Formats: sequence, C-alpha cells, structure tokens
Amino acid sequence: MTVLSMRQVSRDHGTGNALVHALRQVDLDVAAGEFVAVMGPSGSGKSTLLTIAGGLDTPTSGQVVVEGADLGALGPAGRSALRRRAVGYVFQDLNLIPSLTAAENVMMPRELDGVRARQARREALHALAELGVGELADRFPEEMSGGQQQRVAIARALVGDRRLVLADEPTGALDSHTGEEVMRALRARCDAGAACLMVTHESRHAAWADRVVFLRDGLLIDATPGRPGPESLLEGAS
Amino acid sequence: MSIRHGLLALLSQGPRYGYQLRAEFESSTGATWPLNIGQVYSTLARLERDELVVRAGDDGEGRFVYEITPAGEADVRRWFATPVAAADRPRDELAIKLAMAVTAPGVDVRAVVQTQRAATLRTLQDLTRLKMGAPAVPADQPDRAWRLVLESMIFQAEAEVRWLDHCEVYVARAGRPAPPAPPAGAGAAAEPAEPTEETRR
Repeated sequence: MTVLSMRQVSRDHGTGNALVHALRQVDLDVAAGEFVAVMGPSGSGKSTLLTIAGGLDTPTSGQVVVEGADLGALGPAGRSALRRRAVGYVFQDLNLIPSLTAAENVMMPRELDGVRARQARREALHALAELGVGELADRFPEEMSGGQQQRVAIARALVGDRRLVLADEPTGALDSHTGEEVMRALRARCDAGAACLMVTHESRHAAWADRVVFLRDGLLIDATPGRPGPESLLEGAS
Repeated sequence: MSIRHGLLALLSQGPRYGYQLRAEFESSTGATWPLNIGQVYSTLARLERDELVVRAGDDGEGRFVYEITPAGEADVRRWFATPVAAADRPRDELAIKLAMAVTAPGVDVRAVVQTQRAATLRTLQDLTRLKMGAPAVPADQPDRAWRLVLESMIFQAEAEVRWLDHCEVYVARAGRPAPPAPPAGAGAAAEPAEPTEETRR
C-alpha cells in the first residue's frame, strides 16, 4: 500500500533571472513498510522534496498524495490536520523542548491532536518503549545523550501511529555508533509498517534503506532497486 | 591478504590441527576470504620450513597438531605492531578508470561516477542487511570479530562513495564541459529532462 505518492512534482523558487528549479518533475512512491533514502549534493533539492512530501511547502506543479489524500485539494486547514495526524518529522536539530521531560515532549503532538493527557501519556510511554528509551520517560533532554535525545525525537515523530516518517539528516552531529542506533530505530519502525523518507548525505546511513534515490539539480537521476518483495520473488520463480 | 599471519595469530592462542585453523579463520572473518584446506596445509608447510611452527604430534589418522615456536610468536607480535603498507594492496581499478575517464575524450564522467555510486550503494545495502540481521552487540567472540570485518567493508564502501562525490564536484568545478546525456540506469526514477538555460544561471 502506498503511503506517499508524488507525481510530476516541480517546485520553482524566485522569478525571472533569479528563477531556480528546485525540483523538476519528480515521481516518487513510498509504500507502507518501505524505507527510502534520498541522496544528492547540496542544493540538489533534497530538503525541498521532504518539505513538499510533508505538506510544509506546496509544489509549483504536480500532485502529492499522502494516505490517499491529495494535499493540493485539501486546502491549508485540511493539510495541517493531515500533517498532524499522519506525518512525523525528525530533524537534525532535535527540537526537543528543554523544560519538558521525554514523555511530555512525546505527548505534545497528541495533546495538540486533542487527545486527553492520560491517553497521550500512555501512547508516549508506548512509543518511548518501542524505541528502547522507556526508562528515560521522566528525564529532561539535558540529562540524556545525543542518541537518546534523537530516539525521543523519533518517538515524538511516530506517536499516535503516524504512518509517514520524514527525516532530514536525522543523524546530524551524532557519532557513528549513535547514528547506527537511530538507523536501527527507523528501520524497526518501517519493518513494523511505517513508510519512511529520509534525506542524508551519509551513504552508510542511506544503506539502511530499502531503496536509495539520487537527486541532482532537482531531478531524480537514479535509484538502487528496492528490496525484493513477495511479488518479484514469484516473478523470478515463474 | 595475509593467510600466513592469520594462521600464526591463531596458533599463538595454542596448538591446533589444520582443519581447526581453517574453521576458526573462517568464523572470525565471516567466511569473507574462504580458505581451502590445501591452502592451509601449504601455508603450514612454509611456516614449518621457516621454523615459525613445529608439528607436535598426530591424531593417529595422519593429521598433525601444529604449535607455534618462539620465532613464530615474535613474528606475530611484529605483524600486529606494523601498519599495512599501501603498496601491499592491489591496484585500484576504480581510481585508474576515473583517471582515464577525465582524460579520454567523449566520456561522460558524471555517468561513470553515478554508475559506480549506485553499484557501491547497493553493496553497502547488502553489507548493512547482514548487519541488521545480527544483534547490535554480538554475543560471542567470533561474531564480534566478524562484525569488525563487516564494518571494515562498510567503511571502505562508504569511503568510495565519498570519494566519488568528491570526484563529481571536482570535475564540475574544473569546468570540463559536461556531456548532455543523462547517466545510464535511471530506471525507477523519473525520466530526466534536459537542464534548461535558466537553471544554469
């Protein structure tokens, strides 16, 4: 099942001489359970791709469908509701609120969804446990390591069964060991059914994905083949 | 790849039969460099000739136990203390290919780089899948040794991708007119359009 579908998506910035084609006619699908990494030099349009996929920016032309809903047809209020309900973001700067505990940070998006505090806390504890940081629920960000903070940030991105996870350089300044913990966590979420689109410049992290796509000058130029699914295995057998 | 020193290092942990050495070597390196038993025995014969090991008895079926000598111990210590010289590694075909690509007329260097990058990424994905299947912290000694070998291959592949990225930027900056053709193998991706004048400004 396709969670994210982008069709002929283009995004221009500026006009006249300052016109830049940040994305050009990009087609990209991410299925449930699939982990897709986007690589490309700086300025190739990676981050633009991610913000458009999450409805934080709108394409100049083309169509973006998230969980069956056409973002262009929704209007700002509908987009924002879908974003809250279906999309989780993991950024390089973790954006954890320092005055809130891990559990409170993770609860916040659910409380914004209108979920009551008790229920939100229950979900937050579940999300934290799933990422192996359940015991940190009552700690403040400054009392955690970088890797632990990042896992809390991922828990916040995933709480309430958000099925599309968008990650922009999620391993940012983390060392290679901690970066790997983050990749394991994202991988586990995909294996549990989430769709994940991750921008990274580190090939060792991109390699955790099922498929790696390459962007250059706003164009998708290449991709590694996806992990063989049941259908392609059957095709091989026939 | 030094089988000789690998076997000596195993024998420095105690006497072993030839078949044991083969099994332990392979489990430590995840069968990355499979050994046949003939290689093991010919290497042991050379080590015996050089007086780095001695035969210490047999199991009654013609199989000998090998034991390291003090000279062999010294050799192993020296091996661990000495860095591997770059000249001991084989010529790098990829570096040669890229060097030729930038000088030969009519070669799309970006396409060469991208073809290799996609292939290396695929290798990196395969290696990472091997790692995914195993626990984050391997339980026993051979698994830990194998993890280090696996990581070594991952870091090498990663370095190759970084170097390819660097080559691409370098070639673009050097101002060599890039051929207009898009790189081969743009399979699952969108059909690339030609860069327009506007984007070049």
